[in-house]
Amino acid sequence: MDRRESIKSLFVGAAAGSLALASCKPELSTVEREALSTGATNYGRTPEEDAQIAALHAQQFFSEHDLESLGVLCALILPANEDFPSATEVGVVDFIEFMAKDYEPFQTPLRGGLMWLDHQANKLFGAEFKKLEEGQQHEILEAIAYPDLHVPDSERPLEVRFFSLMRNLTLTGYFTTETGIKDLGYKGNIPNVWDGVPQEVLDQHGVAYEPEWLDKCIDQSTRGTQAEWDEDGNLLT
Amino acid sequence: MQIKESSKMYDAVIVGSGAGGGMATKILSEAGLNIAVVEAGPHFDPANPEQQTQMKWPWESPRRGANTQRTFGDFDALYGGWDIPGEPYTRKDGTKFDWFRARMLGGRTNHWGRISLRFSERDFKHKDVDGLGENWPIGYEDVKPYYDKVDKLIGLFGSKENLPNEPDGFFLPPPKPRLHELFYIKGARKSNIPVIPSRMSMLTKRINPERGICFYCGQCNRSCSVYADFSAGSCLIFPAQKNGGQIDLYNNAMVREVLTNAEGKATGVSYINKTDRKEYTLRAKVVVLAASACSSARILLNSKSPQHPNGLGNSGDTVGKYLHDSTGSSRAAFVPDLVNRKQYNEDGVGGMHVYTPWWLDNKKLDFPRGYHIEVWGGMGMPNYGFGFNANEYNKFFGLKVGGYGNSLRSDVKKYYGSVVGFGGRGESVAQRDNYCEIDPSVVDQYGIPVLRFHYKWTDFERKQAKHMHETFEELIHNMGGEALSEAPGADREYGLEAPGRIIHEVGTTRMGTDPKTSVVNEFQQLHDAKNVFVVDAGPFVSQADKNPTWTILALSWRTCDYIVEQLKMQNI
Repeated sequence: MDRRESIKSLFVGAAAGSLALASCKPELSTVEREALSTGATNYGRTPEEDAQIAALHAQQFFSEHDLESLGVLCALILPANEDFPSATEVGVVDFIEFMAKDYEPFQTPLRGGLMWLDHQANKLFGAEFKKLEEGQQHEILEAIAYPDLHVPDSERPLEVRFFSLMRNLTLTGYFTTETGIKDLGYKGNIPNVWDGVPQEVLDQHGVAYEPEWLDKCIDQSTRGTQAEWDEDGNLLT
Repeated sequence: MQIKESSKMYDAVIVGSGAGGGMATKILSEAGLNIAVVEAGPHFDPANPEQQTQMKWPWESPRRGANTQRTFGDFDALYGGWDIPGEPYTRKDGTKFDWFRARMLGGRTNHWGRISLRFSERDFKHKDVDGLGENWPIGYEDVKPYYDKVDKLIGLFGSKENLPNEPDGFFLPPPKPRLHELFYIKGARKSNIPVIPSRMSMLTKRINPERGICFYCGQCNRSCSVYADFSAGSCLIFPAQKNGGQIDLYNNAMVREVLTNAEGKATGVSYINKTDRKEYTLRAKVVVLAASACSSARILLNSKSPQHPNGLGNSGDTVGKYLHDSTGSSRAAFVPDLVNRKQYNEDGVGGMHVYTPWWLDNKKLDFPRGYHIEVWGGMGMPNYGFGFNANEYNKFFGLKVGGYGNSLRSDVKKYYGSVVGFGGRGESVAQRDNYCEIDPSVVDQYGIPVLRFHYKWTDFERKQAKHMHETFEELIHNMGGEALSEAPGADREYGLEAPGRIIHEVGTTRMGTDPKTSVVNEFQQLHDAKNVFVVDAGPFVSQADKNPTWTILALSWRTCDYIVEQLKMQNI
């Protein structure tokens, strides 16, 4: 069942590392700004749920320095391209701040991972990660961005796990914004009438509908007609 | 504390407002009875803008739909889950049973998968086939007229297939398969595994003027604001109210016990008002329990009196026994032929457009009873978790996994919609030693003793789960796919989910003719108290390789017809 499967992958742990760009002030759409700014939501929360969200918004988990480092890191993970902004520009840092408060097991790996990043930056280049040049940031990330798939996630080095977690949160944060969904090209969540896979898509993937199967399916020109059956269950309308 | 008594005398009090209770509300109120419906959660209407999650976007949730607050994520309609604060339950002897509870008007029907299958004659009499478990005291011909009525009242899509174990009904035409479902059909055909259109209760066509028609947003788990899917509130309780039914709805009211008199007959129920935390009583001529299999068993076991010292309906010590859930195991695959997809809207209905009913002969297998296969996949709306391990499938092409930068954008798009998943959902054999009982040491926040579970899978279910994975691997191979995980071995019970996880728990007030081995008769009437009925899945003797809802609805209707008749004859 979709419902069950869709929640399965939620909390995948992971590790550290990264590079940086200068931190940007997020450029949010009005809707995104509304959703992120306060606990006042408009998506069917119960009063208790709204109160819980408002309480989380009222807290601050990351320090200013952490937030700046996250901004640099998120933009290194998903920088702007010609058509779309970076993850940082669409508010992914705010999303990560919220998730750290909402899901306590994220807190130490994220905060500690950022400390590790500065430690590594200081050791190699004598400055905090966010202040390094982009080439230096890339150098740090190169060492932590490619997990060894033969090692189970839980046994990978902490900095690799940190970076994997950051990459996951950055991508999920980006692709669940209005901008990210436009970038992805998702066309749904809009009332429509499903009438099968477009022919060119069937051709592209080398599959076809069986005529006998199509005969069973709804003729969408009759969807508004009241259903009536004979006594053997044959649809008459 | 003083228990507050209502002076009003109801014809019937119905405990619970899901499939069984919703149907009872409609049938009994339309027969002119004066009804109280007692629901442990708040009012819910998917058309209420303040409660609506349908057609919302992921960014409207600050957690992007993650499941840190609601069990199935922020946009799922359900209030409740396996763990409810202040409402504990316990387990013993290493039991892993997880107990799912809804707390809202309409219950779990607000978010369920809408898979609406009829039991067959074989399903009702499976002991005759393999000697295991027990037969139902009724057969398909007893229930068929009610299945027919449920089909026409509520509506479902499907197709006439003339399969002996999958009785046909009054179907609306099904939607066309999606791309990944065409791959599934092709893969299944290679192994002679049957695939047919799904049978699910969404309206692909108009069924009455009050309900909308599906507009294919794929979000039935959010509950449909135009009532194009079946939920007990939208399709049963609200119409019953609009039809002028005498229905008093008690929300946030947690029933503690059924009250009985000196003759042992029920006189009503007592409940805790969750808002003021006081205890109240309601008086009624008939009590209809529809609180869910385990909740109704709990209410009965907590209803002790001099006439019913072992709990109401429990003179045969059978309440809570024979608890069983569907078996379940799942697997997913990456299908290389599904990469680089063109984008178009394939949301469809919420869930699968095609499925595989059980197709093999158990005489040739090392386990009894079958399973059906559910299919998922496609280019769904991104939600929390989307983009995790974005380019993991690079490993199948010998490419590097991980990294950073703009290549991740193209990786996400390349693999979007390339995964197909399979869920096996099968029949377990009911065992007397799988049960729930009252834990005398633990109380919930309303002062009510809680349930304790004892449940062990047997080799029957483990072998069935092993067979599911063998089938999944064959299907994955036929589709040219790569399994995303190893086949779970004996150490993990072949991937068999813990009982309770499939949320089809049934059997705790089983139906039968002998009061020593059953709790209710064929009309779901307690052997021990003629004016108490159970219309949830508690009376199920066995649960088939089917989802229980359509049978709950049909049996609840059948029972309500009997209640009306018995009241007229003044037998109860």
